[in-house]
Amino acid sequence: MAPPEIRQVVLDILERIAPDEDLTDLDDSVAFRDQMELDSMDFLDIVMELRKQYRVQIPEDEYENLITMDSTVDYLTPKLADVPAGV
Amino acid sequence: MSDTLLDPHRIVITGVGLTAPNGNSLSEFRESLLAGRSGVVDYETRYMGPVLAGVCDFDEFRYQKRKDRRRGTRAGSISIYCANEAVNDSGLDWENVRRDRVGVYLGITEHGNVETENEIYEISQFDYDTTCWSHHHNPRTVANNPAGEVTLNLQITGPHLTLGAACAAGNAGFIQAVQMLRLNEVDIAIAGGVSESIHTFGIFASFASQGALAQHEDPTKACRPFDKERCGIVVAEGGGICTLERLPDAIARGARIYGEILGYAMNSDASDFVLPNASRQAECIRLALSRANLQPQDIDIVSSHATATEQGDIEESRALASVFNEHPAVAINNTKSFIGHAMGAAGALELLGNVPAFDDRMAHATINLDHPDPCCALPQIVANEPRSLERAECILNNSFGMLGINSVLIVRKFPAEHGGLYN
Repeated sequence: MAPPEIRQVVLDILERIAPDEDLTDLDDSVAFRDQMELDSMDFLDIVMELRKQYRVQIPEDEYENLITMDSTVDYLTPKLADVPAGV
Repeated sequence: MSDTLLDPHRIVITGVGLTAPNGNSLSEFRESLLAGRSGVVDYETRYMGPVLAGVCDFDEFRYQKRKDRRRGTRAGSISIYCANEAVNDSGLDWENVRRDRVGVYLGITEHGNVETENEIYEISQFDYDTTCWSHHHNPRTVANNPAGEVTLNLQITGPHLTLGAACAAGNAGFIQAVQMLRLNEVDIAIAGGVSESIHTFGIFASFASQGALAQHEDPTKACRPFDKERCGIVVAEGGGICTLERLPDAIARGARIYGEILGYAMNSDASDFVLPNASRQAECIRLALSRANLQPQDIDIVSSHATATEQGDIEESRALASVFNEHPAVAINNTKSFIGHAMGAAGALELLGNVPAFDDRMAHATINLDHPDPCCALPQIVANEPRSLERAECILNNSFGMLGINSVLIVRKFPAEHGGLYN
């Protein structure tokens, strides 16, 4: 999966866990928390969805990589490199 | 103002919010009950397939964000809807209400089964990998969840509790509220009962294993309390929540008063896990009458608990006969025949559906009573068609549950028209 597909995966997860938010103008370089109502339980939802959908295990000490869309995509790119898009 | 109107131990209902399988407000519910409109439908459950159930269709997002709904539970969502409806209906100036003086007391039959069942199903899709078990499971399944979700939604900082009281729970919520108001622990109580039980297959499967789950080709005919052709319980969801206040407070703010909680009682059978006990039920009814300073002939409507199981219907009939045998004018009706058994919400909904009788002097019917069981042949039962009453001032509401828990609540019209100590 290439970075644009990974970005879409993360966006789909955010839309599910924050269904009241308008993500049209999400700034990929700004922390999710600074532009959305997200708390620690929501971040655990992101981790859980990646685990369920792609069997990606994210250790707790690496959660800090999920701060912005850019950092999240960068972090996930090697982990999802072998996953075909649309899976 | 008379001294009795200043009595802070007098507790009144000042707002009503509800969702039932045949109505999402008191007026809709009442209209359905008087029109004979059932809320029982065909329903699909996980593992078991088609069953019958009472299903609510209130707007979950009228008072709740989608994210909060996703995070919470169906019981929480029902509670939030009903609590907001009750607060709005009460006319309270909610923005200026001291939230630390508001208590939330909700009766439940069970809680957590839905979420646990969902999570087990979910991890079964991942080879039972427990790392896929949701971090939301604990806050969803703690027993206080439905009441706690109400406090989060309405920003209430006073106490909140759920009361686990099997199918006596709706009355138990009101009783707890009365006690807390009388103790001056709170100024406003948001109380009643809720149930999400149709979302767990286990309750259907367990009643089926017990030979007590209703089946019928016509869902609207399935729930048949007191009828010889009864076929068992129809499980329903729903909620009935009221705002309760001390009478002097309600009068001072010019509140509309639906009725006064004049008496209550709870007791235990101490005889069986599931089978009811007519003697203990009758004792509970008499204790409530005694506390209300009423005689059986003072009661105009008895809202029965009967669930359409043979043992339950017969035992309650015996209890009612022993108390009301010499009082033919009392109207005995049954709400489950319309909506099924709403479990934790049953007591609250069954009371509230009768409260408008204070205004219209009609006792709604017990529908599907085509072949009365001779063992339940109480002449006072209102069968199939509503009955116009000479007097509608006092309702006695029965709610009984497994493990032998009994609850009775007596509500009187306010102000009463026929005098009495408390006018």
